[in-house]
Amino acid sequence: MSKLLIEGVSRTFAGVRGGEPVRALMPIDLAVAANDFITILGPSGCGKSTLLRIVAGLEAPSEGRVLLDGKTVTRPGPDRGMVFQSYTLFPWLTVAENIAFGLRERGMAEKERDGIVASYVDLVGLKGFENHWPKQLSGGMQQRTAIARALANDPEILLLDEPFGALDNQTRGLMQELLLGIWERRKKTVLFVTHDIEEAIFMASRVIVMTARPGRIKSDIGIDLPHPRHYTLKTSPEFSALKARLTEDIRVEAMRTAQVQPAEG
Amino acid sequence: MRPLHPVSPGLRTVLGISFFVLFVAFWAWITLGGHVNRIFLADPLSMLRDGWRLLVEDRFWLDILITIWRVFGGFVLASVVAVPLGIAMGAWKPVEAFLEPFVSFARYLPASAFIPLLILWAGIGELEKLLVIFVGSVFQIILIVAVKVGSTRRDLVEAAYTLGSTNNGIVRRVIMPANAPEIAETLRLVLGWAWTYVIVAELIGSSSGIGYMIINSQSRLATGQIIFGIIVIGLIGLLSDFAFKAFNRWLFPWSLA
Repeated sequence: MSKLLIEGVSRTFAGVRGGEPVRALMPIDLAVAANDFITILGPSGCGKSTLLRIVAGLEAPSEGRVLLDGKTVTRPGPDRGMVFQSYTLFPWLTVAENIAFGLRERGMAEKERDGIVASYVDLVGLKGFENHWPKQLSGGMQQRTAIARALANDPEILLLDEPFGALDNQTRGLMQELLLGIWERRKKTVLFVTHDIEEAIFMASRVIVMTARPGRIKSDIGIDLPHPRHYTLKTSPEFSALKARLTEDIRVEAMRTAQVQPAEG
Repeated sequence: MRPLHPVSPGLRTVLGISFFVLFVAFWAWITLGGHVNRIFLADPLSMLRDGWRLLVEDRFWLDILITIWRVFGGFVLASVVAVPLGIAMGAWKPVEAFLEPFVSFARYLPASAFIPLLILWAGIGELEKLLVIFVGSVFQIILIVAVKVGSTRRDLVEAAYTLGSTNNGIVRRVIMPANAPEIAETLRLVLGWAWTYVIVAELIGSSSGIGYMIINSQSRLATGQIIFGIIVIGLIGLLSDFAFKAFNRWLFPWSLA
């Protein structure tokens, strides 16, 4: 049975000032198997973030439904951990307190929390920074904390919305390896939204390519590259072949976006 | 001078102090130099002499204490009512729809115009003084707090929901801590205004306090005392502002780190 089922989910935004309603997402069907690492790749504005937010329960679909373990998603909940592109650590809490947030909301005793928090601080390599405020951390460290905060809740599925989009290239590469390493060791169902082709291939066991707005699924490509993956994989011939293929797919869509938008505006 | 270019700390202090010096020098020049009539404006030296006499002989420090107590009493009373109301309005839109129009209207009611009514209702005792400050501050605090709370970062709220927060948890563990520094900053601002209201309250129907001393001095043309009283208010205001700022910094280290 699929871990996550997206059934005919679409999203239409009401028109601005009596204008035509805007269709952000065409009906989408997607089945995600347990412990799969799925990346959703698409040009900006294709509705991939909207799709992720619908899975998270932060937005309601206009049609269709999302099922997690057979239960319909109606609102956000701790079974779907989310990491946002913007830095969303609670600035009034330290790194450790941020990671403990979900556990505290669940009413877990402090003693029990401390052990779990320590293990996740370790997992994302933030030992020694437990008592720092978010403002004192670099962007990469903030996102590591955000990943630890989402994972500490032990969600059924981890949703990531371009989590490394605001980071510089070098940091992004390191973060990809870190997240992938965690996934290889701990196995988790992951939905990862990105517009970066290399990132989409490197992380994924399956890449979903989306079309330009209104978004629908253009292609669904299994990535059979062996694990554990090392950054040198990015220069291998297999990787390059995949990259060439996806680049072609996504280029067509990006061009459509670029041409269609001025005409609409 | 390059626009927006920062000034060194040493120069900043020197410049800041030199204006005070210039100001007092100008004051001394027009008064001691005989350019204005002594009856209308006392010179700095007699102001200090009058002030010293006030403190030593007329036990003016008791008036100072009473005024401070009134400011803080009225201010605390207003904060205790206004902060929870403001948070409720900012967090829950039906509450805002219910209260916001009235509060916006009430905000423009001048506190000083309520003094005759408040005297009728509460007499000329301490309660009336506290109520003047309360009326003057409470609506302002409610509105500013409601606006701050209403603009809580949505992504933080969303993050908390995905971590399992309930609606109540969002208010108590996201909205309130996220806005606490700004609310404290608002209170610091309003405390400054409360000093204006207290003097007005003491000018009418009062037998103690800095404002009472000032109105009392007017009838005796003791301009030195009046100026001394005004300067005392300014100094206490400055001190309480510094203390409040330091307290906020200590309370919310995360907002400055």
